Amino acid sequence: MTSIGTGYDLSASTYSPDGRIFQVEYANKAVENSGTAIGLRVKDGVVLAVEKLVHSKLLIPEANRRIQTLDRHIGLTTAGLLADGRQLANRAREESSNFRDSFKSPATVKYIADRLGSYVQVYTLYSSVRPFGISTIIGGVDQDGPSLFIIEPSGVFFGYHGAAVGKGRQLAKTELEKLKLSELSTRQAVIEAARIIYLVHDDSKEKEFELEMSWIGDETNGLHVPVPKALFAEAEQKAKAALEDFE
Amino acid sequence: MDHFPTNWGRPRNDAFDAYGTYPIAQRQNNHGNDAFAEGVQHTQQPIVTGTSVLAIKYKDGIMMAADNLASYGSLARFKDVQRLHPVGNNTVIGAGGDMSDFQYIQALLDELMVEEFTEQDGHSLGPSEIHEYLSHVMYARRSKINPLWNSLIVGGFKDGKRFLSYVDLLGTTYSASTLATGYGSYIAQPLLRKAVEGNEDTLTEDEAVKILETSMKVLFYRDARSLNKYQIARITADGVSISESRSAETSWSFAEDIRGYGAQTQ
Amino acid sequence: MFRNTYDSDNTVFSPQGRLHQVEYALEAVKQGSAAVGLRSKTHSILLALKRSTGELASYQQKMFRIDDHVGIAIAGLTSDARVLSNFMRQQAMSSKMAFNRPVPVNRLVSAIADKAQVNTQEYGRRPYGVGFLVIGQDQTGPHLYEFSPSGNSYEYYAMSIGARSQSAKTYLEKHYESFADSSLEDLIKHGLHALRETLQQDKDLNVNNTSIGIVGPPSSFEKTSSVSFRILEGDAIQPFLDTMVPKEISAPAAPAPAAANEDVQMAE
Repeated sequence: MTSIGTGYDLSASTYSPDGRIFQVEYANKAVENSGTAIGLRVKDGVVLAVEKLVHSKLLIPEANRRIQTLDRHIGLTTAGLLADGRQLANRAREESSNFRDSFKSPATVKYIADRLGSYVQVYTLYSSVRPFGISTIIGGVDQDGPSLFIIEPSGVFFGYHGAAVGKGRQLAKTELEKLKLSELSTRQAVIEAARIIYLVHDDSKEKEFELEMSWIGDETNGLHVPVPKALFAEAEQKAKAALEDFE
Repeated sequence: MDHFPTNWGRPRNDAFDAYGTYPIAQRQNNHGNDAFAEGVQHTQQPIVTGTSVLAIKYKDGIMMAADNLASYGSLARFKDVQRLHPVGNNTVIGAGGDMSDFQYIQALLDELMVEEFTEQDGHSLGPSEIHEYLSHVMYARRSKINPLWNSLIVGGFKDGKRFLSYVDLLGTTYSASTLATGYGSYIAQPLLRKAVEGNEDTLTEDEAVKILETSMKVLFYRDARSLNKYQIARITADGVSISESRSAETSWSFAEDIRGYGAQTQ
Repeated sequence: MFRNTYDSDNTVFSPQGRLHQVEYALEAVKQGSAAVGLRSKTHSILLALKRSTGELASYQQKMFRIDDHVGIAIAGLTSDARVLSNFMRQQAMSSKMAFNRPVPVNRLVSAIADKAQVNTQEYGRRPYGVGFLVIGQDQTGPHLYEFSPSGNSYEYYAMSIGARSQSAKTYLEKHYESFADSSLEDLIKHGLHALRETLQQDKDLNVNNTSIGIVGPPSSFEKTSSVSFRILEGDAIQPFLDTMVPKEISAPAAPAPAAANEDVQMAE
């Protein structure tokens, strides 16, 4: 890498001569090493799914979650430094709670994404902090229907129909593009999400993984909650079957 | 015109203006020597008020009743106010006293429940935790000499256990198998005790409803700040349900015979 | 002066997206003597190896009580541990005060993890140099968590931290499936066996260098009727030490009940 040893890459407050901020680019590297996370925005809801890499078999399944809930109607998942993800989620909860205090109504997903984008951006300005080592998928259903955003370490955020971050994002994006997302039901999206996570997981290189999924839509009464056990099992079993067909 | 509803119908303080001779602004000593002469003043009385809340234990859980009236002094100002508020899936709070303070408490608890929901870790706040929390809020405010002017009943059912407890603007708490606030604590409480005490584990849902209906009817006859339109909340193992508004059948024909009320001329 | 350009403070990502200062803090944990934690359906337990600086010195405390239902074992900088454990005590107290509810253990662990994360992102501080094993019992049953200076926390069936903890981990991975239904005595025996793996060749566990922390109903070896967190030290742990299988037989061959299982092939 050309940046190394130039001295222009030691602080977020330093530009390189060609106008890059290397610390932000390095933060993206932290994201790329992480298990894949995806989000699907469909007809009547949003599904989040992550490939949770299991670093020890002593871990308790289902206990160590990577998808978090920000408010009744908004969920978030991150790829990158797990602890950074928790920090950002706590900030998001504050934002959401403050919005409720001020306006006595729930915040829109876009508002939260906007506020978090600004928050993350501030960490790219100063040498006294480092940027967030995470890409964040935030999804939920509000008065305007389902919506889905990605916030990157630079602070930039975009809305998506299908979102993917982390190690397997390229393959996941290819798969998401094949789907007619705006025509799927949330229930169908759960099945697809599980299939994609199983597909992008690289058995040969990777440790074991655990699938984690949450959803929000009409079926959940507008609450962001984990996918119920029965549906989860069905999705996982179909994902495994699809993977065998694929190979 | 005195716009403070609690002063209406009461004799004026005749120490300085026995017959209201002067317009308020010109009364003697109606102003302090300077802005702080009387110190900082906080809430000294409720403004828009709700009256009694009743609650009893019965076989399957807790049942609560409160009418839909929010009074402005003696004026029946708002007649579709819900004074029973669900908090999570296991708890209902019922409030008498200042309705804007109650709305503030609702917002406080709703925020707390969102925080609890976002944890998604299998833990949830039950009625006893909510009551404990509320009692600290109420006591802290009264210790700032700025109370939330309410008397609250917290009822719930969680982990197979009934919970029923009271907290008020002073931070005072107590529990019993029947509770009533405001006027109800004088008029309805004896009726509730007689019907419920000792029978908490045998009273059926229908019997419990009947007890509350009777008490609400008596209160409507006796309490001039009540309304014959009320709701009943049930908290059982199945969760919380709050009824639509209902009314008791009443008869006022006896009033004809009351001297000074009916048509008698003398 | 530094090993590389990117490890001078924690506000610098390396080109690979790593945080060297945080990784060095994790090394500080490995400098501390080992601690082991295990969980069954009814109990969570901690075992720790205490060090002494010499004949005239006492043994360094390794376990701290946080609340009736929570306790921790530490590895790394004891002074950092005391700061964090005081914070945990405050959290526990405020939960008791505000809601009259023992604080849920996962929230307690998350609270210190979130606190530790800040020290990995801002200039002028260092990450904490201590790792915890946290055990506790709440409405959702007994738990065991690991907290580390990176700001991560995980829940485990069994875990070890500190010097040579990998050997203990290997033992735990071999036996963890039997822990859920173990009696307290068996659980402690497994814990002692795992802890013994971290010792140097010529050392052994004894009443002076071993601490045992327990949450859950008492063992018949205990004189208490308490189910709260308690730390056993000194003569109180002798009966548990007596249950251990001498090393030559136990370590490689494994005690009889813990059979090898189909999971072993998935280890690496």
